[in-house]
Amino acid sequence: MLEQAAHLVVHGEAWTVKELFVLPNEYIYWSIQIVMYPFMTGLVAGAFVLSSLYHVFHVEKLKEIAKFSLVFSFSLLPVAMMPLLLHLQQPFRGINVMMTPHFTSAIAAFGIVFTTYACIVATELWFVYRAYFVTTALELKAKANKGAIDTFRQLLFSVLTLGAWDISKEAQQKDHKACTKMAAIGIPVACFLHGYAGFIFGSVKANALWMTPLMPVIFICSAVVSGIALCILYYVVVQEARKFMARRKLARWAKDPSAPTAEQLEGAKKEEVEITSNYLMYFMIAAITLEILDLIFRGYTQVKSWDILREVIMERDFIKIFVLQYGLGNALPFLMMVLPGRNVRRTTIACALVLFGVFMMRWNVVIGGQAFSLSFAGFMHYHLPIIPHDMETFKEGLFGALTVMTTPFVLFYFLNMIFPAFMVDKEDAQH
Amino acid sequence: MKRRDFLKKTIMVVAGASVPLSALDLVDPKEVLAANPDIHWAFLIDTHKCVGCGFCVKACKTENDIPFDAKVTRTWVERYVYTKDDRRYVDSPDGALYGYTESRIDLGQGNFKEIDPANVGKAFFVPKLCNHCETPPCTQVCPVGATYKTDDGVVLVDRSWCIGCGYCIMACPYGARFFHPVEKVADKCTFCYHRITKGLETACVNACPFGAREMCNIRDINEPTTKIIMNQRVGVLKDEFGTRPQAFYIGLAQEVR
Repeated sequence: MLEQAAHLVVHGEAWTVKELFVLPNEYIYWSIQIVMYPFMTGLVAGAFVLSSLYHVFHVEKLKEIAKFSLVFSFSLLPVAMMPLLLHLQQPFRGINVMMTPHFTSAIAAFGIVFTTYACIVATELWFVYRAYFVTTALELKAKANKGAIDTFRQLLFSVLTLGAWDISKEAQQKDHKACTKMAAIGIPVACFLHGYAGFIFGSVKANALWMTPLMPVIFICSAVVSGIALCILYYVVVQEARKFMARRKLARWAKDPSAPTAEQLEGAKKEEVEITSNYLMYFMIAAITLEILDLIFRGYTQVKSWDILREVIMERDFIKIFVLQYGLGNALPFLMMVLPGRNVRRTTIACALVLFGVFMMRWNVVIGGQAFSLSFAGFMHYHLPIIPHDMETFKEGLFGALTVMTTPFVLFYFLNMIFPAFMVDKEDAQH
Repeated sequence: MKRRDFLKKTIMVVAGASVPLSALDLVDPKEVLAANPDIHWAFLIDTHKCVGCGFCVKACKTENDIPFDAKVTRTWVERYVYTKDDRRYVDSPDGALYGYTESRIDLGQGNFKEIDPANVGKAFFVPKLCNHCETPPCTQVCPVGATYKTDDGVVLVDRSWCIGCGYCIMACPYGARFFHPVEKVADKCTFCYHRITKGLETACVNACPFGAREMCNIRDINEPTTKIIMNQRVGVLKDEFGTRPQAFYIGLAQEVR
C-alpha cells in the first residue's frame, strides 16, 4: 500500500505549492539542480576566460592566477554535467544524448559543444604541463629505491607525456605557441558553451520569462563574472593556506628551500587579486547592463505576458530579484570594489557577494520562470527540500546542490597533484 | 581491341555514367506515402456540449494506465466562470477527474470561492488535451529524439528511450506533458493511438455522453467531423506560438488560454 502511495507522488509534487488556477500537469519540474547547471557551467567558462587573459592576451601579471584558473576550470568541467545527470528521471540513459543526438535540440548540441570544450581545455593543459610531466617522469626514473607510489607516479607521468619526451627550448616554445592557439580557440568555444546554456532557456517559447534572444548573451556575461569571482575567492583562500604552511614550515616548505616565503605569497596575492578584480568589474558592468536592459524592454513593450511577469518580478519575487540579486549580489560588491582604499579582504568579500548574486540570477531565471502558470492565471511556489526523505528529495534538494558545489574543490585537490597549479617555472625562479 | 584498352574504356564509361546516375533518386513507395499520408488525425471539441462530468478524464486514466490518484492527467476539463462585475475565475480540481459537483471555485492551497449564482455572467467548460501540433515544440527540443511525430500526425513518446530531462514538458505551451509517476518518463495524450489505429474511438470520445469530443481523419473530407472543421468557425489554442494545433474548438472564448 505504501509502495503504491509512493508511486502516486508525481515528480515535482514534493516541492511545488500551487495557488489560483494552475494547469493540472504543471509543477516546478526544473528545480535546484537546473539552477546549479548553468551556475557550474558558467564557472567553468569564466575560469577559462580568466586563464586565457594571460595565454592569449599576454597579461603577464596574471600568469600565476591564469595557471591556477586553468587547472581549476578543468576540475570544474565534470561538475558542469553533474547537475543534469542528477536531475534526469532516467540518469542511466544520459549517454543517449551523445549516442543519438537530436540536432534540433539545444541540449543535444550542448553535449557536443561541451565535449569539444573539454578536449580544448585538456589539450591546453597538456601543452602547459608537458615539460613538467617529462622532467618529473625522468626524475622518478633516475631515483633509486622507489616505493610503490613513486613507481605509480612514474608510470602515470610517463603515460601523460604521450611519448613526447623532447623538452628542448625549441620544443617548449612550440608548446607555448600551441597553448596560445588552443586558448584562442577556447575563448569563443567557452562563450559558445555558456551561450548555449542560455539558449536552452531563451529558446523555450512557451515560457514568457525565458523567451528572449538576450538570454544567451546575459548568460555569457554573468558566466565570466562568476568564474572570475570564484577564481579570485578560491585563489585567496589557497594562498592564505599556503602562507600558513610557509610560516609553520609545513609540507614542501620543510624541505624545499626555493619554496616561496609567506611575504612573497602575500605580495603575489595582492597583485593578482588587484588586476583580476579590475577585469571582474568590466564584465560585471556588461552583465548588469544587459539584465536591466532586458527588464526595461519587457516593461516598455508590455506584451500579453507582462501582466503576470510584472506580478512575479515586482511583487512575489521582489526580494529575491531586487534585494538579493541586484542589491546584495551586484550593487554592493560593485561599490565595494569601486570605492577607494580597495584591499584584498574587501575584494574577497565582494567576490563572495558576486558569486551569490550570480547564483541568485540563475535561481530567479530558472525558478522564477516557473513561478507562474501557462494559464497566466495562477502561481507556483518552490520549497527547496532540505531534509531528504527519499532519493528524489536528496538529488533535487539542498544536499544534492551542496554535493555538486563541493565536488570541484575535491577534484582540484587531486588534480593539483598531477597539474601543480602553483608550479613556478624554472626560468621565472632564476629572475 | 586490346585487353588493356578495353579495361581503360570500361572504366571511363562506368565513371562517366555514374555521375548523372547518382543524381537519380530511387523512389521508395513508403516514403511517398509518408509524404502524402492518407490519414491525418485531428480532434474536435464542442465547448457548448461539455458539462464538466469528467467521464473523459476517468476513461483516459483507466485506458492509459495513468495512476488514478496521481495528480497528473493526459486530458482535463477547465471551468470558466465570469461574474457580472467583470471578474474571471478558472479552476480544474484534479483535472475534473471527479467532475464538477460543487459550485464553489477552487483557488488552490485549500481556499475556495463561493460565487452568488445571480452574479454569474457566463460560465462554461473547456476540455483540454495534447494538441498534436503540426510543428510540435516538444519533438523539436527532445535531445534524444524519444518524442516524435508519426506520419499520420500523432505525437508519441518512446518510453524506452526518453531520458527524463523534462525539456519537452517545458517546451509545451499547453501544459499537456508530465512525468509518468511509475514509468519515470515524459508522458502525454497519444490520441489513444493503440485504439485509433485499430479503427476504434479514443477512450475520451467513447466516454463522452454528450458528444463534446470527436475525432476524425482530416484528410477525408467526407467525414462529418472533418466537414465541421472545414466549414464551421473553429479555433485553436495559443495560435501565437506557431505550433499549428490539430485540436480544434467550437465556441472557443478568447479568454481561454
